[in-house]
Amino acid sequence: MRLVVAFALVAALSVVVTAWASAQSARAALVASAQQQLVRGVAEQIGATAPTLTYPPAQDSLDRLRAAVGANTVVVYRSLRSSAGDGPGLITAELRGAVAARERLVTQRIVAGDRPWLLIGTPVMITAPDGARSASGIQVYAARDLTAVDRQVDRLVRSTLGTAALALALAVLLALVAAGSVLRPVAKLRDTARRLADGDLGARTPPRGADELAELTVTVNEMAASVQTSMATMHRMQTEARRFAADVSHELRTPLSTLTAVVEVLGDAADAMDADARESVTLAIMETNRLVALVEDLMEVSRFDAGTAGLRREVIDLPSVVHGTLRARGWLHRVTVSAPDRLEARLDPRRLDVIVANLVGNALRHGAPPVRVSVSATAAEVLIEVTDGGPGLRPEALRHVFDRFWKADAARTRTPGSGLGLALARENARLHGGDLTAGNTGTAGARFVAALPTGSEQG
Amino acid sequence: MASVLLIEDDPLVRRGLRLALTRHGHDLRTAGSGEAGLDEFRSAPPDLVVLDLMLPGMDGIEVCRRIRSAGEVPVIMLTARGDDFHVVDGLEAGADDYVIKPVQPTVLDARIRAVLRRSVGAPDGTKLFRELVIDTVGLAVSVGGRPVALTPTELRLLLTISRAPGRVFSRQQLLSEVWEQDFLGDSRLVDNCVQRLRAKIETDPAAPVYVQTVRGFGYRFGPL
Repeated sequence: MRLVVAFALVAALSVVVTAWASAQSARAALVASAQQQLVRGVAEQIGATAPTLTYPPAQDSLDRLRAAVGANTVVVYRSLRSSAGDGPGLITAELRGAVAARERLVTQRIVAGDRPWLLIGTPVMITAPDGARSASGIQVYAARDLTAVDRQVDRLVRSTLGTAALALALAVLLALVAAGSVLRPVAKLRDTARRLADGDLGARTPPRGADELAELTVTVNEMAASVQTSMATMHRMQTEARRFAADVSHELRTPLSTLTAVVEVLGDAADAMDADARESVTLAIMETNRLVALVEDLMEVSRFDAGTAGLRREVIDLPSVVHGTLRARGWLHRVTVSAPDRLEARLDPRRLDVIVANLVGNALRHGAPPVRVSVSATAAEVLIEVTDGGPGLRPEALRHVFDRFWKADAARTRTPGSGLGLALARENARLHGGDLTAGNTGTAGARFVAALPTGSEQG
Repeated sequence: MASVLLIEDDPLVRRGLRLALTRHGHDLRTAGSGEAGLDEFRSAPPDLVVLDLMLPGMDGIEVCRRIRSAGEVPVIMLTARGDDFHVVDGLEAGADDYVIKPVQPTVLDARIRAVLRRSVGAPDGTKLFRELVIDTVGLAVSVGGRPVALTPTELRLLLTISRAPGRVFSRQQLLSEVWEQDFLGDSRLVDNCVQRLRAKIETDPAAPVYVQTVRGFGYRFGPL
């Protein structure tokens, strides 16, 4: 846009300057030639009449000369004077002085009575038989009206201005067209680049012509094509990796079904075994349960990745579900809950359970007592806050705590979870249209807050 | 305790579940495919069928539908978590309950017992509601003198809500009383069972008289 304005301004300026300059020079030339003509006319009349005069001239000679030179003329010889028209009143002392001093033709431009005049003053020279020229003492003064010339000049300036205005419009138009022909492809290229940046990898600009701009367009298109190819490859690999994860998890579930069934039988029989065997059975049961949890979390993560995780909202009493989650996992005596007696919300109870279980489980595993859960509500959302009395989250942990398989304590001395719990909790919160955030309490300890829209309008 | 037919295609899972459920006192028969399962079912109907939904050949949904059309034997489905389409299909095909694989035998045993349990509270004889007759001792139901065959779950649902006509039962309450699931029970179990019950006892299931919906709360018997 700025470029277009600049183009137009430059064009307009050059037209105006050119017009002004040409009007000035035309005017000067016109005035000069008109003056020359008038002067020549006077000089010729004098030249034709002067030789016929007798010297010293008498009044009638002067009258004759004046008549020959034309209207508005004064002819002076010593004290004799012959004049007619406005001329005499216009002759200035300045002109008279100049003629007397220089003994040659002098002109002067004046304005009198709102009209421009050219005053011409000249001594009449006598040529002696030997060729020597001397002043005859006769002086001729003529005033010539320049109104006609001025009018001509005005007409000239007006027509120049008219032409200039036309040229100006034409120039601006041309400038716009020229700018457009450069700028439109640039604008198109810009739009294409913007669409590419916005992720529309199919965006292209058809190149036109064979200039630098066309080359640039071709280059941009090639770049877009290569980005598109790489993205497609990456996307395919990602999809394959996700499907693989889902398939692996699914296949693991069958042997885990058998394991889950038989370790219970083993567990029932463990009391009769010796200590080592009993310990082994306990470990087998624990590890089987862990595998089951890990596979379930993996399956759930692949469902989120594939976008097939569904939300089933029901009207639930939030404190009851939180209580149920804690009771089902035997955590009631390890956690302090502060919640209203009743708080109804439209949420997916299973997903809510996943959120609460993972937050509390995480606090119990990695934090320190007291672990607190507090449930509250604003007009638009419910808040579930889980805090612990541990050392809190380091900045590094705050950045990565929701990453899959990220472990805060490298030592991993405690019973680890699947490493997917917090990632899943956040996915579940987001599926509700809410979010899960991590931070630290004012005193110490980690603080997780799940904010879930109550979703009273949605199905 | 009960004769259970387990239809599951993976031989090791079959063996594992047979071991575990037998220890819980059930009399177990197994089949490795839907077709074999139906043969086994017809030769000697069990008290209950545990049915894997993902079967080669005839799938679990179809097997469930055929079992239901053959009688009132309860069916518990084995499904994968998040397999929501299959769960809905299975419930519509007439399954009474479902558990998610891998399932702990203790959990499966509890569900089996809940589904098979028929009596609700103290039976107090025969009740008459318009055309509907419920014999709470003999556990028989008839409409207009015509006996109606209900599955144990349907019967238990009817006995539960007819115990207090006019009272609204929430889905969670019904899940707790009929399915014995106290926490995070699937309310679709209730909705599907109500639909099947209506199809059997209501004159016009689309405009139910006996089992009425109370929008946003749950279900109610009557008012008549």
